Amino acid sequence: MAGQGPANSTEYITHHLTHLKVGEGFWTIHVDTMFMSVLMGVLSLGLFWMAARKASAGVPGKWQAFVEMVVEFVDTQVKEVFHLDRRFLAPVALTIFLWVFFMNAMDLLPLDVPGVIAGWFGLHYWRVVPTADVNTTFAMSITVLVIVIAFSFKAKGVGGYVHELFTAPFGSNPVLWIPNFLLNLVELLSKPVSLAMRLFGNMYAGELVFMLIALLGASWAGFTFGSGLSMIGQILAGSAWAIFHILIITLQAFIFMVLTIVYTAMATEHH
Amino acid sequence: MNINATIIGQAIVFTILIWFSVKFIWPPLLKAIEDRQKKIADGLAAAERGQKELSQASGDAQSIVNEAREKALKIVDQANRRSNEIIEEARATAIAEGQRLVGDARQEVALEQSRARDALRKDVAQLAVAGASRLLEREIDAKAHADLIEKLAREIEGAKA
Repeated sequence: MAGQGPANSTEYITHHLTHLKVGEGFWTIHVDTMFMSVLMGVLSLGLFWMAARKASAGVPGKWQAFVEMVVEFVDTQVKEVFHLDRRFLAPVALTIFLWVFFMNAMDLLPLDVPGVIAGWFGLHYWRVVPTADVNTTFAMSITVLVIVIAFSFKAKGVGGYVHELFTAPFGSNPVLWIPNFLLNLVELLSKPVSLAMRLFGNMYAGELVFMLIALLGASWAGFTFGSGLSMIGQILAGSAWAIFHILIITLQAFIFMVLTIVYTAMATEHH
Repeated sequence: MNINATIIGQAIVFTILIWFSVKFIWPPLLKAIEDRQKKIADGLAAAERGQKELSQASGDAQSIVNEAREKALKIVDQANRRSNEIIEEARATAIAEGQRLVGDARQEVALEQSRARDALRKDVAQLAVAGASRLLEREIDAKAHADLIEKLAREIEGAKA
């Protein structure tokens, strides 16, 4: 929010949904998304790195104990589904969980505060939740798809994987190659799309509801009955939604992590 | 909702984060956890072993105490028996010694008696001779009448006995 406030509700919401951009056409970069996601990545992994650097088998400190709890939790999730060597997939799951959780948690910042802070640096737009940017969620889900395919190659070999693309699930009759392949293609592509859209949809909608709630208070017009009512409405609804959102941000991070594990596990199993 | 180059940037960021996590965060944390698990397992095993050793040691101690008690009882028993034996032996020795002493004394008494009897017999013979000579008013030749005297003495003795 730079200079004067928004003229009306539409402008308020549009403003809040506009990224700080650099570049043209496809070669546009959302500076706010990039900055916030890197910041959250450094923050989350940095906090864990602090514990990892000093980790020892002795009596753990409070932070180390908490970090180990999270690590064990993630490791258990992976162990239950994925029965091969976990040394790569488990840290991937941890990274997803931490990063998504931290990025989602940005949704709990007061809606207009990041914009005001950005305004101090002369920036007109600043969307603070990287996971409400479809680029982030798709970047993650496509990376996950690459990991899934890599695990498939490792488990079945490139030839075996391609063979399976054409012969499963209906059978190896040449007539069935095309239907098989189309079905597998849909299955393969639905994974990253559903992963990305689920996270994006949840966070985007959450952000939007926060904006709508904020509009209640924005209609403040002095000490009138209507203004008072909408202010109380904002406080109640905002609190309730924020508390509910604590669940959402954790749940979405957890879902993204678990689905990544499940997809990878499925990819390594033979049909 | 517009896809643009941000997606490439985010993919790179995600990849770097994964690399960092795989390389620097996961291994030391998991190692610490596993090492501690091993340590705890070792500790528990050691505790269990210690407990077992303790119970075994106390069992050993109990059996040693029992053995010692048995041995002590046996020693006391033996000592009692030995002392009884000694007492018995001493009594036997004492009785034998007493009997010997009594025997000696009796022998001596008998000796003394026979000696006294001889002396008495001699005295009686002399007295008889003296009495006879006083009766006859003359000397009796002791040698000539030895057998007579002897007979008299024996008669006196026989009367006395």
